[in-house]
Amino acid sequence: MANGKNPKSSDRPIRVLLAKPAIDGHDRGVYVLARAFRDAGMEVIYPGLLPTPEEIIRIAIDEDVDVIAISLLNGSHVTIFKKVMELLKKNRVQGIAVVGGGIIPDADKPRLEKMGVSGNYGPGTPMSEIIAHIRKRAGEARSKRW
Amino acid sequence: MGISDLMASDKKESLSASYWGKKAKLLSARASKSGKKYAEWESKVLAPWIGRKPPNVGKIVYTDEDASGIDGEMPGVYPFTRGIYPNMYAGRPWTMRMFSGFGTPEDTNARLKYLLKHGETGLSIAFDEPTLYGVDCDSERAEGEIGKCGVNVTSLKDMEVLFDGIPLDRVSTSMTINAPAIILFSMYIVVAQKRGIKPESLSGTLQADILKEYIAQKEWFYPPEAHLRMIKDMMLYSVGKMPKWNYISVSGYHIREAGSTAAQELAFTLADGFHYVDIGIAAGLDVDDFAPRISFFFDSSMEMFEEIAKFRAARRIWATVMKEKYGAKNPKSLKLRFHAQTSGYTLTWQQPLNNISRTALEALYTVLGGAQSIHTNSYDEALALPTEEAAKVALRTQQIIAEEASVKDVVDPLGGSYYLESLTDRMELEAYEYFDRIGKMGGVLEAIKRGYLQSEIANASYERQMRLEHGEEVMVGVNKYREESERQINTLKVSMAAQRTQRRRLAGVRKSRSTSRVAESLARLRKAMVSDTANLMPYVMDAVSSYATIGEIVKVGRDVYGEWKEPKII
Repeated sequence: MANGKNPKSSDRPIRVLLAKPAIDGHDRGVYVLARAFRDAGMEVIYPGLLPTPEEIIRIAIDEDVDVIAISLLNGSHVTIFKKVMELLKKNRVQGIAVVGGGIIPDADKPRLEKMGVSGNYGPGTPMSEIIAHIRKRAGEARSKRW
Repeated sequence: MGISDLMASDKKESLSASYWGKKAKLLSARASKSGKKYAEWESKVLAPWIGRKPPNVGKIVYTDEDASGIDGEMPGVYPFTRGIYPNMYAGRPWTMRMFSGFGTPEDTNARLKYLLKHGETGLSIAFDEPTLYGVDCDSERAEGEIGKCGVNVTSLKDMEVLFDGIPLDRVSTSMTINAPAIILFSMYIVVAQKRGIKPESLSGTLQADILKEYIAQKEWFYPPEAHLRMIKDMMLYSVGKMPKWNYISVSGYHIREAGSTAAQELAFTLADGFHYVDIGIAAGLDVDDFAPRISFFFDSSMEMFEEIAKFRAARRIWATVMKEKYGAKNPKSLKLRFHAQTSGYTLTWQQPLNNISRTALEALYTVLGGAQSIHTNSYDEALALPTEEAAKVALRTQQIIAEEASVKDVVDPLGGSYYLESLTDRMELEAYEYFDRIGKMGGVLEAIKRGYLQSEIANASYERQMRLEHGEEVMVGVNKYREESERQINTLKVSMAAQRTQRRRLAGVRKSRSTSRVAESLARLRKAMVSDTANLMPYVMDAVSSYATIGEIVKVGRDVYGEWKEPKII
């Protein structure tokens, strides 16, 4: 950035908090995502295993992220995604988008969308599709903030 | 032996690092042969045939130049490359052991009886995540996760229901219990004792290999040294009292599923196995007293020859190192017995019926590789835990291989194939190269703490994902032959009713048990945990008998040992 110029919102790389909020250690997928997001020029924050929904919200606020990307494999997505969304609302957080992924049956997707969790990608989704979606949601989130 | 001795045993590992280096050098010399015959064939036969210079992508045919050969080696004879028994399946087929567990103990009990009725020959129990992370079912943290990935067990009461009506003295039971191993193992013994069955008549296997948890599956409560002490205690207890019990199943499955290559799976698993041998020796046991009851658990993925070579190399390495490095004399200490499971990561969410074919192939490889017991995945497992129907198809797949395909009659039928023997040699060499690197790092525990093994796996997994993204590797239905609209299949849904049942039962237990008895048993356990010398087994058995919950017992451990956060690798 040249001296004396104010940064535009689009100058900062997209910041993504990648989190697995369940009691679950299968982290192969998040490591692949983390690297793919970085290779796509995003900043990735990965807090390690077993963050609670409360911790996720706190880190998201402290780190000023654009997107929270949550992944769940163990069938508890409805309960846990809901908790994350409720906490966001409770903390009056605006301008952070939430996207989901993992083992999520098609039947549950409309419910998650309605809560505000978009994407909800399953195994085998091309990385480019996920990255494009995160860019889109990050853009929307920033327009609410800046 | 206390925690400090365990650390010392890890340091000693680095002193013996030269053994690994020497072996690697020796095997590498064997591998670098001239290849004159191939070069000649390539220029005089292959090139004219394809009309150009052959691409440099590796050999397309193997000859006696490539394989060291197994030099007339026979099955049932050291170093057991061809099989640990002389007659293998011609004597007795493998054990068909289907990993199962979901919902409440009642749900799983019914599934176990269903599988036994349909010809399953051994039990294997899957526990849910709250159980595996030591979280009681009535904790807020467990909300929504009860019974989702396995059966929920919070107190002894659940274990009593889980095995109700199952003859524990006549079936062998494998339990995947890692971090809470000592607690669930104690519960199993206590349930049996309450029915008048003595520990010595129990047979089964504990998947209690905590090292692979730090490496791959990431389930733990405490720092590694504390869990390793518990493994040592289970080892000492079983060696004395339970001759038919495999107190540890050293597991490569999770390492592979986390994204490793076949060679990494082989190397890291055996490195873990040798670490457990070091622990037994440091505890003052004779290697031949405890090594015969170490068993293994491997993955079987899609690449046929690589998988078969991996199983064969594993047997050869284990036998060789046990004999040469550890001086084992009992033939049983030298024989690597293993359970194999078809690969989960090769199953696809898309067009799930295709998974039946994948599983059948992978199961066949384990048979050609000489497994002692096999689990076949169900076609719906990329989506959910298996339905009864899908689990039955998976079991039938094994029965078809066993009874229709005529693969049981001849031992190691692919032995002697230039290609397979060459691959077996190559796998063996790669494993020793890893042992050497790990040894130089100060042993497997140190390699874990540095995140070395975890990074190796993450790198391999990322590379594979990129190959898939670029179409260099194919998954049918995923990145090739895709279909826009797919027919949905039925999947198993674990309802929230399981959570309600479990919480209701636990409330009853909390009410009816003697609070003072629980408190006393936990206080005794704490004292034993603080002491480096006590064996924790009787104390944990006492605590579970008082109906102390898994969460209460784990809390004592956390107070004494603290927790553990994985090293950062990204």
